[in-house]
Amino acid sequence: MSLAFRDETFRDDFTFYNSPAAIRRFPFPFDRDEYMYSVNIEPHVKGPVGSVVEFPIDIDEHYVAEMKERALVLQQDPLRCQSLPHMITAEWDLVELLMTSMAESYPQWFSLTRDGDRWHWINRPLEIDQKFTFGDVATLPYPPMEYITRQCQGDFSLLDQREDNLWMDAGIATTQADWSLDFDIGMNFMEWHAPVPFAHQMGVFERALKYLLNLQLGRPVRRLNWTMTINPRLDTSPEQYPHWGKDRTQVTPENAGQKVHLRVELQGLWRLPRSNAIVFSIRGYLASLQELSTSPKWARRLSRILKSLPDEIADYKGLTRHRPLSIAWLSRFEDGSPTTPGCGPD
Amino acid sequence: MIHAHDIRVRVTAIEDVAARTKRFRFEPVDGGSPPLFAGGAHITVALGDDDGAIRNPYTLSGSPQDRGGYEITVLRTTDSRGGSAFLHEQVRVGQELSISAPINLFPINFLARRHLLIAGGIGITPFLSMTEQLADLGQNFELHYAMTCSGAAPYEAQLRSRLGRRFHRYCSDRGERIDLETLLAGQPLGTHLYVCGPERLIDATIAMATSLGWPSENIHFERFAGPPPGDPFTVRLAKSGQTVTVGQHQTLLEALERAGVEPPSLCRGGACGQCELPVLSAEGELLHYDHFLSEEARAAGHSIMTCVSRLKGRELVLDF
Ligand code: HEM
Ligand code: FES
Repeated sequence: MSLAFRDETFRDDFTFYNSPAAIRRFPFPFDRDEYMYSVNIEPHVKGPVGSVVEFPIDIDEHYVAEMKERALVLQQDPLRCQSLPHMITAEWDLVELLMTSMAESYPQWFSLTRDGDRWHWINRPLEIDQKFTFGDVATLPYPPMEYITRQCQGDFSLLDQREDNLWMDAGIATTQADWSLDFDIGMNFMEWHAPVPFAHQMGVFERALKYLLNLQLGRPVRRLNWTMTINPRLDTSPEQYPHWGKDRTQVTPENAGQKVHLRVELQGLWRLPRSNAIVFSIRGYLASLQELSTSPKWARRLSRILKSLPDEIADYKGLTRHRPLSIAWLSRFEDGSPTTPGCGPD
Repeated sequence: MIHAHDIRVRVTAIEDVAARTKRFRFEPVDGGSPPLFAGGAHITVALGDDDGAIRNPYTLSGSPQDRGGYEITVLRTTDSRGGSAFLHEQVRVGQELSISAPINLFPINFLARRHLLIAGGIGITPFLSMTEQLADLGQNFELHYAMTCSGAAPYEAQLRSRLGRRFHRYCSDRGERIDLETLLAGQPLGTHLYVCGPERLIDATIAMATSLGWPSENIHFERFAGPPPGDPFTVRLAKSGQTVTVGQHQTLLEALERAGVEPPSLCRGGACGQCELPVLSAEGELLHYDHFLSEEARAAGHSIMTCVSRLKGRELVLDF
């Protein structure tokens, strides 16, 4: 695949947009016209060529711009990347997972040569050429997790497994949908999920945790989650709320098509070999209502999802204020005709 | 029974490491490196004359740094399933076997201030890799190993030279015992305890630690309940209507797998909870051999752990 990495922004003038090919591969998360939480976990196996799950780690046309955005966020707020001391083995596990996966999937951009502990990593799009000793933090310019995640799209958290629970003991979050690593660090699976409505009562988290505690090496799993974001803004963290909260008041029936974005997170989970920790990746994709409506099926389905979404979930996801405007904008595609099964476009 | 995620390996070495104890080395048939593993991990090995009809869990006893293959260390016992007998008597260098990827149900707690490891006999196996990893990480730990000294205890010399003063041995055939009370009472706060070995040692260690007020989160043990044999019985799967017979030396899980059903499983030793299946009816008595279900759950009889438990009676109907 040849790709032009675009120079674009996710703040201020918001020059981000999707190419037609990027819209076609957008991971639209709804396979029916209604939505409710569930234990939607499936094996993270190779998907169709060109899809976001063709490879374990997806690198797309926004790669270089997203990495610039991450560097900006970290410069302003170093607490977006934190790791408790006992997670250092897991950090190295993550370096290995990401480097080997990226080099194997995208040899035209990344290469990794290993001679015992002496590793040589080349990242052509970001013009990085790094020789280092695996396991020796002094040989990298950043701590291992920060080093590699400054070069990989998506937020990450590293979960330590003990006491039959998962503990968020390390992570990097610069592109998150309104949750805070600084707040969640050190919490366990049930604690950090406490704010989510319905799912606890439905037993979703209890079953998901039991499943994850048994996650096996070499058999990663994935799930999709979604929300909506005004403007193509990656950093919608609680820390930055003063900057983006007011965006929600600026949606009008006319501009909703450009301003309102569906935000889909492809979340991957891998068992890590040396640390027995789990890495959780949160790879976000944004597409405006306008972009999505190039597939009328998607537009019809999204408007039906929004209409039938329980208020508690809409509130939790922060959609309440602009939901009617989004539905109104999408209504031009609502002709009452059925939507085809599956998540794909028309 | 070969599983989709199995790794095909060749047996490349078999060595005697102590009386009735052999070490087996497995290397991937395709010549690559097998998946990395952490201290305490095990694999399951498909065994038996009949196309690997039984699958037994064995702890990886080699070094996590060894990227060429895996090693397991097996004591020849009189287990009626014949797993260890099969390995000791039938398996030859050059032969191919199927194994699972590593599974770790006995992981190191990386938050511990100190690690106290207690092994009895062949229960030393997980500590071979754990002590290596702990030493690499510069962690504070001590190993107490009870064994039969007359017949050359497995790995004693290696552990003694590698661990020096952190290694303590007790010759049970000379009447030496680990003084659990003194040992466990004298540990600083923040110590984590790991025990592996005969059931008696595990039970005594847990009981002593508990009575001394150790928090249960700090007590870790590895115990695979070897699935005991029993009388044959029939199992009916309500969803497909399929009926399967479970033989005397087979587990319920193995019988289902043989019949082409793929029920969930992981540890195959009654520990992880993954293989739990709902029971619709049982004509007879459920024999629960697992360490997972609570007393109440056993009494209720609504589910069974297929990897170790069975029916004493005629027919079991599962909601599967
Ligand atoms: C172990 C890795 C995981 C991590 C680190 C993680 C983290 C999070 C965080 C930080 C939130 C936001 C909570 C807030 O409002 O502050 C969240 C939400 C949520 N998580 Fe997870 N999660 C994990 C796994 C899962 C799994 C396996 C499920 C499967 C059911 C799940 C289901 C959910 C749901 C349904 C929400 C609400 C999302 C929404 O409506 O937008 N999570 N998760
Ligand atoms: S497979 Fe783990 S309890 Fe049965």
